[in-house]
Amino acid sequence: MTLFTLFGLCAALLVGLGLFGLMVNPHPLRKILAFNVLGTGVFLLFGAIAQRGAAAGMGGDPVPQALLITGIVVAFSATALAVALLQRLFDVTGTATLANDAPAQVSVNPGEE
Amino acid sequence: MSPVAVQSVTTPGGLLLVLSVLLPFAGVLIGLVLGASSARRIALVTLVVGLGIAIGIAAAWLQSGATVVYLLGGWAPPLGIALRADDLSVVMLMAVAVVIVGIGIYARADFPASPGAPEARAPFTFWLLLLAVWGSLNLVFVSGDLFTLYVALELLTFAAVPLVCLDGRGETLRAALRYLLFALCGSLLYLLGAVLIYGAYGTLDIAQLAAAVQPGPVTWTVLALMTGGLLAKTALFPLHIWLPPAHAGAPAAASAILSALVIKGSWFLVVRLWFDVMPGVVTLPAAQLLGGLGATAIVVGSIVALRQVRLKLLVAYSTMAQIGYLFLMFPLAFDAGSNTLAHGSALHGGLLQAVSHATAKASMFMAAGLIYAALGHDRIADMAGVARALPITVLAFGLSGIALMGVLPSGAYLAKKLLLEAADGSGQWWWTIVLQGGAAFTAAYVVLVLVSVLRRRPAPVPVVKQVSRLSEYAALALAVSSLLLALAALGPLPSTLLSNPLVPGELLTTVLVILGGALLAQGLAQRPLLGSGQSATSSAGGPLRRAVLSVGVAFEQMDDFVRRWSVASLSLLTLALLFGGLLKFGATT
Repeated sequence: MTLFTLFGLCAALLVGLGLFGLMVNPHPLRKILAFNVLGTGVFLLFGAIAQRGAAAGMGGDPVPQALLITGIVVAFSATALAVALLQRLFDVTGTATLANDAPAQVSVNPGEE
Repeated sequence: MSPVAVQSVTTPGGLLLVLSVLLPFAGVLIGLVLGASSARRIALVTLVVGLGIAIGIAAAWLQSGATVVYLLGGWAPPLGIALRADDLSVVMLMAVAVVIVGIGIYARADFPASPGAPEARAPFTFWLLLLAVWGSLNLVFVSGDLFTLYVALELLTFAAVPLVCLDGRGETLRAALRYLLFALCGSLLYLLGAVLIYGAYGTLDIAQLAAAVQPGPVTWTVLALMTGGLLAKTALFPLHIWLPPAHAGAPAAASAILSALVIKGSWFLVVRLWFDVMPGVVTLPAAQLLGGLGATAIVVGSIVALRQVRLKLLVAYSTMAQIGYLFLMFPLAFDAGSNTLAHGSALHGGLLQAVSHATAKASMFMAAGLIYAALGHDRIADMAGVARALPITVLAFGLSGIALMGVLPSGAYLAKKLLLEAADGSGQWWWTIVLQGGAAFTAAYVVLVLVSVLRRRPAPVPVVKQVSRLSEYAALALAVSSLLLALAALGPLPSTLLSNPLVPGELLTTVLVILGGALLAQGLAQRPLLGSGQSATSSAGGPLRRAVLSVGVAFEQMDDFVRRWSVASLSLLTLALLFGGLLKFGATT
């Protein structure tokens, strides 16, 4: 197994874990964490691709590395925004659920009575 | 693998592309520094200058007749980043500039500059986010590579999410968080696609990729992942989990931005991907699936819209239906001869549809907001007499409804005509039914609201707040511009498309659409269209009415089910898988 395959498999695993977490965890904070796991998987894959695509004599392809930094900043801002919203939601309502599934039905969807 | 004839030099007017992105963000920063007292003034000045820049780009594009290009820092792709404005970009840039200016004028009264007051935070945030949405959208339209597009999309989401919860109520915060999390899920799928395609082709530049991509496992996966992710951000059925609460809960001006403009960003990206990056990878079954989702969105969205008792939710669900319309062009644009998606009348039709929807839907949300502000509620059933109290607003609502229906003369009419032509040309008769039926569904909820507001009422309707005349005229102006779009679009398009509206054939279609709509409204609405006071549940009605009503309820329940988080995220993955499968196995050899 080459290093690239190893990292690729790890990335796939992280992406799978993240997607699973986003789908099944009802709590928003866990969803935010799952989003970060998923993101890390994507970034790891990008890093592996950068290493594989290195020109002769270079440690890695520089373009993915530049993009990676940007991607991490974007994911960081997204996390910050999500956590801030969640904190505010908790402050205002006293709960931190997303569910329009059962109890909070009326407040989420005022059209139904 | 040398990129073919990709313009890799900056063309005249290229700098304007940079300015179109830079100016709104500069406005945001200056506003942030100067504070709440001057945010509105800065925003309005930026709107005017930005409109000028958009016109400048259009002029540069018309003059040269070719794509306007700017290479950032003089570096050519794949190492550098190119900004490009082709025909699609120019049309969307102009449309967004006009709608944003309209929304800015409308919101002047809603979000005044009141320094010092604690409630000044909402106006302050609104004006800065309005500019941020604009800058991000412009970046979506002009960026020439997939990663810049990713950043632009994320910026757009970050600007749009706080707009949902400007008033800070618990339910809007929840809607905003749902929107953000689901959108993030979609954008990571998109990013994963971008990473994979870079791994295979070593570039993210759209023009270079278009020349290089070949159908294969990588491109199938990439297109499926990216499409799935973008559909989640566009809120195409069944991924509309976040749309109704977010669009209905936001203040009217913010809803207009979200509904008319923000969803167009990710939609535009789907168009870019399918038409410009991978036209050769697309297969007919995959395009049919996309069109089919659109058709389902029209049916479900319209029926659930008819069931709503509040005007803003009705308009929000109508947005969901209109999003469906935007995806009908994909199967129609498929060229069976070359097995690719072709730039042709179907694409023109789709683009025209997007522009007329942007103007008309903004106007409709503005009108709904004005009615809400004036009455203090937006229960459709209690709107008798509104037409007398707010004639201009009701006129704007009616005109934007007509524009959405696609009745002559409007941009949507021309769009429908182009799409029908493409349907005939490619022998896909079933899309003809969807297009005409969709118009009837649109007519249904427009008629439902109009009948309600036009109803007489013995005493004048109690108005709790005088609405700004300027806002009313802004809504009206956007509705009229949506109607007049047909004339503007006729410049580049053949004039044979526009026929006399009073020819028997045309008149018959129009009458049939409106009659069909009235019948649908009569059958499906919670209160029968022509019934006087009693509610539908108490009056038994005939067996037919009961049967139709139960269909409506069933659709409502289905919508509730589909909008659960677990169901929606499963649908997202299933759709990505389905697209992948259809891209792999759908190719006709």
